[in-house]
Amino acid sequence: MAQRLTNPLLRLRRGRLVAFLAGILGFLGCSSEPQDTPLSFWVLGGEGAAVHHLVEAFQQETPDVRVVIQQIPWSAAHEKLLTAYAGDAMPDVFEVGNTWVPEFEALGAVEPLMLSATEKEDFFSGILDSSSVHGRLMAMPWYIDTRLLFYRRDLLSSAGFEAPPTTWSEWLLMMETLRDRNAGPFKALIAPLSEWQLPVILGMQSGASLLDAEGCFGRFQAASFRAAFHFYIELYEKGLAALMGDAQMTSLYQDFAGGRIAFYVTGPWNLGEFHRRLPPSLEGVWATAVMPGPTGPGASLAGGSSLAVSSSSSQKEKALALVEFMARPQSLLTLYQATGDLPPKRSVWSDPLLLASPPLKAFRRQLDGVMATPKVPEWEQIASKIVLYAERSARHEMTEEEALLGLDREVDRLLSKRRWLLSGACDQGRAP
Amino acid sequence: MILVRRPSAAFWLVFPAMLLIGVFFVLPIVASLLLSFTDFDLYALARWDHLRLIGLENYRHLLNDPLFFRALTNTFYFVALGAPLSVSASLLTALLINQRMVRGQGFFRTVFFLPVVTTLVAVAVVWRYLYHPRSGLLNYVLSLLGIEPIDWLGDPDWAMPSLIIMAVWKNFGFNMVNFIAGLKSIPRRLYEAAEVDGAGAFEQFRSITLPLLAPTFVFVGIVTLIGYFQLFAEPYVMTQGGPSGRTLSIALLMFEEGFRWWNLGYAAAISFVLFLIILSGTFIQMLVRRR
Repeated sequence: MAQRLTNPLLRLRRGRLVAFLAGILGFLGCSSEPQDTPLSFWVLGGEGAAVHHLVEAFQQETPDVRVVIQQIPWSAAHEKLLTAYAGDAMPDVFEVGNTWVPEFEALGAVEPLMLSATEKEDFFSGILDSSSVHGRLMAMPWYIDTRLLFYRRDLLSSAGFEAPPTTWSEWLLMMETLRDRNAGPFKALIAPLSEWQLPVILGMQSGASLLDAEGCFGRFQAASFRAAFHFYIELYEKGLAALMGDAQMTSLYQDFAGGRIAFYVTGPWNLGEFHRRLPPSLEGVWATAVMPGPTGPGASLAGGSSLAVSSSSSQKEKALALVEFMARPQSLLTLYQATGDLPPKRSVWSDPLLLASPPLKAFRRQLDGVMATPKVPEWEQIASKIVLYAERSARHEMTEEEALLGLDREVDRLLSKRRWLLSGACDQGRAP
Repeated sequence: MILVRRPSAAFWLVFPAMLLIGVFFVLPIVASLLLSFTDFDLYALARWDHLRLIGLENYRHLLNDPLFFRALTNTFYFVALGAPLSVSASLLTALLINQRMVRGQGFFRTVFFLPVVTTLVAVAVVWRYLYHPRSGLLNYVLSLLGIEPIDWLGDPDWAMPSLIIMAVWKNFGFNMVNFIAGLKSIPRRLYEAAEVDGAGAFEQFRSITLPLLAPTFVFVGIVTLIGYFQLFAEPYVMTQGGPSGRTLSIALLMFEEGFRWWNLGYAAAISFVLFLIILSGTFIQMLVRRR
C-alpha cells in the first residue's frame, strides 16, 4: 500500500522539478540575448497620455531606440521604486519627487548628470538645487510643484481688502476679519493637517534650517522655527484653519465655489482642477498670490519632479538621450499644454501660452524665491514626523514646546545611522 | 514499527505540506527574528557593510517609541471593542436565521455573508460616503433624531469607533456562518426533551445552545482575535492611520516602517511583538476553554 502511494507522488514531483529547471534554463537563455532591449521608463501620476505623445516624438527622432512606458500612481511610487532597487529591477529612466533625490543618491541608484553653463542658467536655481546633492545634479528637473496662496478675491474685497496679503500679520488680519464676518461652516484657510509643507514653508521663511549644517541633528527647537510653528498652530487655535486631514477634504471644490473657504495653500495641480471643477462664473474671482512671509513676500518650497537615469542601466547613453529630450523647452511646453505641469526652465515661461494665464503670474514670481528641503535621505521620514507633531499640537494633545522637543528627539534618532556613517563630520555633537 | 524503519505513506502525504509550511512559514519567522536584531535599513540596502548587529536595540527603542504605544493602544482598543461586538452580532444573526419559522434562510445567509466577500476598497469608498460629515447618510439619520452631526473619520475620538462599526459590519457574516453550522449540529431531540421538561426559550439557550456551541466559540474566538489583531486594511484605506495617529494599528506601523521607510530591522521587531501578542492571546483562550 505504502509503495503504491509513494511512487506516483515521487514521479509527479520529479516531473515538476524537471519542468521547473527547464523553465529556468529557458529564462536564462532569453535574458542573455543582447541588443534591442527596450528602454524602460517609469512615469508617476497622471502624466501618462502626454508622455506617450512625447515618447513617440523621441522615437521618431532616434528610430533605433524603443521605449516602454510604465505608469505608477504617486501614492505607491516611493515604495515601488525602493522595492525595485532592492530587487535589482530598476527601470532605465524614472521619475522621482525632488525630495527623494538624496535618498536615491545615497543608495547609489542614480547616475549624475552633466549640464552646460547656459542650460544651468535657464533652470530656476532653487529647483536645480533641489535635484542636486553635494553640488552634483542627480536628476533632471522636469516640472515644478511649489505651494502658494489660492484665494477668493470677492471675499477679500467684501471685507475691505483689495490686494492679497504679503506679510504674516496682514494675512492674519484678513483671516480674522473674514472669520468674524462669516458664520456657519466657513473657514478662512484650508491647510490639511496631513501635509508637512505649510509648517516647513513657514519655518524656512523665518530662516530656520530645520537640521544642522551637516544634517546630523534636528534643529526644530531653534527660535526661528519656534516662531513659525507658533504662527502655524495659531491658525488652528484661532479657528482660522479647518482641523482636518486630506481624507476629510471630500467637498473642497464645492466649498470653495460656495464661498465657504477664502484661502487655500496648495500647488499648481490645482490650477487645472479649479478651472475644471469651479463654475465658469468664478473665473477671475479666484486668484493666486505669492506666499506671505514674516516681513514681506516669502519663499516657498522647491518641489517638483525630475527624471533620473538608473545607475544599473545597461544603456545609459540612450537613457540620457531620453532625459535630455524630455527636458527640451519644446517638450516641457507640450507637457504644460497637456497637463498644466509647470516647466522648470525660465525660457519656457516667456512663451505666450504661459504669459496669457493670470493665475500663473504669481507662480512665476514665487519661483524666484523657492528653497529646497534639507538634503538627507531621511527627509521623507522627518517630514512624516513633522506632520505627526504639528497635528498633535494643533489638536491640543501636547503643547508647542512638547511637540518641538519630541520632534527634535525623534529626528535625532532617525539621523543616528547617518551620524554613524558620517562620524567625522558630526563630531561636534549637539550644539545648543 | 514500520514508521521507524522506513517512511510510510503518511510521511510522504504530510511531507509536501510540511515542506511548504517550513519554507513559507517557519523560515520567514526565524528570518524576521534574526532581522530584528539588526539595523537593516536603506543604507544597508545600498551597501552590506552598513548593516550592524545591534542586539536588542530595536526592542529597546520600541519601548521608547510613542508611536508604537499609540499603535498598541489603538490595536487593543480595536480588538477589545470590535471582537466581542463582531462575535455577538454573528451569534445574534445566526440565532435569528436559524429559527424554524424564518423563511428564506438561504437568502438571509447570502445577504449577510456578502460583505465578507466584497473587496475592502470598494466597501471603504461606500462607507466614506456614509461617514461624510455634511452629506453622509449616517449624519442625515442622526439629524432626523435631532442629534448634532459627527465628523466620523475626522474626529480623533470617533475615528476608531467608525472603523470598528465598518469592520464588524464587514466581518460578522463569516462567524455567522460558523455559528449556523454549530447550531445545526445540535440535535433537535435535546430541545424537544427540554420542552417536555418545561424549559423556556432562555433556559434552553443557556443549558443547551451555549454549552454545545463551545467548540464553535473557541474557533470563532481565536480566528476573530487573530484577524482583529492584524488590523491593517481598514485604516490603510480609510484614514491612513490618522487623525493624529488615532487609527494607526501595529500592522500598519510595521508596514510603514518596513515598506515605506525601509527600516526592515525595526519593522521586523514590531512584527515579532505582534506575533507574540497573538500567540499569547490564543494560548489564553485555549486555557480558558480547557477549564
